[in-house]
Amino acid sequence: MSTKTMKRISIDPITRLEGHGKIDIFLDEAGDVANAYLQIPELRGFERFCVGRPAEEMPNLTARICGVCPEAHHMAAAKALDAVFHVDPPPTGKKLRELFYSIFYATDHTTHFYALGGPDFVVGPDAPPAERNILGVVKKVGMDIAGKVLKMRKDGHNLIQMIGGRRVHPNWALPGGVSRGITEEQRKEIEARGREAVEFAKFSIEIFNKIVLGNPDYVNLIKNDAYVHKTYNIGTVDANNKLNFYDGMVRVTDPDGKEFAKYHARDYREHIAEHVEPWSYLKFPYLKKVGWKGFVDGKDSGVYKATPLSRLNAADGMATPLAQKEYERMYDTLGGKPVHHTLATHWARLIELLFAAERWVELATDPEITGKEYRVLPTQTPTEGVGCVEAPRGILTHHYATDERGILTMVNLIVGTTNNNAPINMSVAKAAKGLIKKGKVTEGLLNMVEMAFRAYDPCFGCATHFLPGQMPLEVTLRNPQGEVIERLRQNLG
Amino acid sequence: MATEKGKLAIYWAASCGGCEISLLAINEKILEVDKAFDIVMWPCAADGKVHDIEKMADKSIDVCLFNGGIRTSEQEYMARLLRAKSKVLVAFGSCAGEGCIPGLGNVSNREEMFELNYLKCPGLDNPKGVVPQTETEVPEGKLHLPLFYDTLKTLDQTVEVDYFLPGCPPEADRIWDAIVAILEGKLPPAHSVIGENSTVCDSCKRVRSEKKIKSFKRTWQIIPDPEQCLLEQGLLCCGPATRAGCGALCPEVNSPCIGCYGPTDGVHDFGARLMSAVASVIDSQDPDEIRRIIEEGIPDPIGTFYRFSLAKSLLRRSRQNGHHATPATQEATL
Repeated sequence: MSTKTMKRISIDPITRLEGHGKIDIFLDEAGDVANAYLQIPELRGFERFCVGRPAEEMPNLTARICGVCPEAHHMAAAKALDAVFHVDPPPTGKKLRELFYSIFYATDHTTHFYALGGPDFVVGPDAPPAERNILGVVKKVGMDIAGKVLKMRKDGHNLIQMIGGRRVHPNWALPGGVSRGITEEQRKEIEARGREAVEFAKFSIEIFNKIVLGNPDYVNLIKNDAYVHKTYNIGTVDANNKLNFYDGMVRVTDPDGKEFAKYHARDYREHIAEHVEPWSYLKFPYLKKVGWKGFVDGKDSGVYKATPLSRLNAADGMATPLAQKEYERMYDTLGGKPVHHTLATHWARLIELLFAAERWVELATDPEITGKEYRVLPTQTPTEGVGCVEAPRGILTHHYATDERGILTMVNLIVGTTNNNAPINMSVAKAAKGLIKKGKVTEGLLNMVEMAFRAYDPCFGCATHFLPGQMPLEVTLRNPQGEVIERLRQNLG
Repeated sequence: MATEKGKLAIYWAASCGGCEISLLAINEKILEVDKAFDIVMWPCAADGKVHDIEKMADKSIDVCLFNGGIRTSEQEYMARLLRAKSKVLVAFGSCAGEGCIPGLGNVSNREEMFELNYLKCPGLDNPKGVVPQTETEVPEGKLHLPLFYDTLKTLDQTVEVDYFLPGCPPEADRIWDAIVAILEGKLPPAHSVIGENSTVCDSCKRVRSEKKIKSFKRTWQIIPDPEQCLLEQGLLCCGPATRAGCGALCPEVNSPCIGCYGPTDGVHDFGARLMSAVASVIDSQDPDEIRRIIEEGIPDPIGTFYRFSLAKSLLRRSRQNGHHATPATQEATL
């Protein structure tokens, strides 16, 4: 195949992960898909310019990596600082951090389900693009839903500000704990909103049951081979191998669902390595002990996924009762563990939403949560440490080393979506191959490609979509001279 | 603009998305924005592709809210394009206005960042030394990436900016104030900041007395009193030099202001302003003691005084000596 005859389809921009994304799909002479590439055209260089800064700056500096999930960076940084300063936060400090994090999770997952991922199912993948958005969801499910979703998000953000200082970019976590605790009055407010959040999560799962699972076409779509990738899965588990977002051991399961590795975050370098491609500024992490075999799935390929579904696959269950029930029901429905259907990630995300809300209430009613000992001062010389949390979009690792004054000498970050860089590329290619035959590009392709990577919620999940609701996509089909043959658009103007 | 719907563009360059989240935190009022404007471009939410904008007549967009600094050739192109097409261009948030945290990258350069990120950082498996290229030949054809610049520039170092909306991110209420000012045509003089012109100290509830400091403390070294001024307790709070607008949210949770709202009117260099404010509270006349207090308590002058504003400051970036940047920490001294 001469490269001269290849046709190219560009999707640009596809909005952001640390900036923007761009997809190039190449067609061979027969007009079938030869390959697809997801390129990330930006780098911001945090690992370099954070060197020389005082380590305690990191929860604030790294929050600016992502304004969608600054809470995740704030927490991972704080945990890395605990390790760097050899200090163990008191129970109240840890619980406050996890409470804060649970509220953030519930808020963030709500946004994804109602504004980004959900409309494909609730309104339907074949619905006209103009309806496939949050407004379409409102029309189909009822007018009061918009109010519920808005309230859930608003309450979540207000509590995040109450506890952490600001709605976006908190200024609160420190080595050894947090800068301020909560009062009984605040606790009551947090508990009340948490109980509403549990109801909201149950209501969201009901919607999914009725509209998605009640429709055989949708169940078949979830099970469609075009959306299956048998990869390794990664997630954080507690002492009972139940999922935890804030703390625990990192567990990797193989494509058959067997435990492949279980390690402390500080040992991540023994398990995760990063591959570089010249055509993207974003690196490609993979399992070091399996090795990089390219953009392929299976047991011999080190490619892994780090998504809500991966976390459920990597865990033995959920640590709260209602979420556990839903967890069992999902695996019963989809034929047992592990589930490799990328689109089932939306279901897994709702189960996580319920877990986050239940955990929020558990922690808000914990007798220690209003304790005055939310912080201890470090006394030892700072050295080196790793901090890890489950960001909504994948496990997040911060690794710092300092001099004896606590000035950073090394920073390494593996951020949520980056984990999924290889699988997203694979999912896009597979969906494209399944759809584009003999050079024919249909409008269906636009949404199918979109659905393939939207399941990962690759950090363009900005809370945004209350108005237009859906990512704009444009596919441009060019001949080898770069002239436009055909242009397909959806959700544009 | 009252009778006819205006055209609004929202764009992000080298930014984190937090400005967009904050914009959405105006909640129901976003519907009023929708009523007043057709949104012609908003990559993270909807509508509008680059070539749609390219086809528009100059000055046909009424307002463009532009967040993010300028780090790549693509971002520079978008800044120039949106400037040409917009009547009013607003540098929206700290990144566009003063470079913000990504502007700290100006202590380094492309070569160093690439070397660290792709060749040296722990856990890399890159035996062939692959580094991203602006053009790559893959079996199927050529792939392109935008050029990554050595220096991050602010929006107004790239094109003319009409107004600035400070904050990392701007608080939702202040964004709404600005939208109302735009809708009602009650804008301040061109090139100025839309916002308050007092300092964070003016809106901080903490109790202040005479500030006299014998040593600066790092945030992990003390548990500050919840009522007393943080600077008086030795924490390097940026409140005295920072524009109000946030409602002093960080001191409210016992954390010092980190200066994300930038300087007040007429101050060209935030760091210099903060340094003079800080210098005036040191309780010593002895040069050696003053030096010791500063060196021990403020180990990173660049990151402390220019946390959000290095790109905009008089320093701008570390010196480029051939391809090797001088560590900027050596350049800034009190």
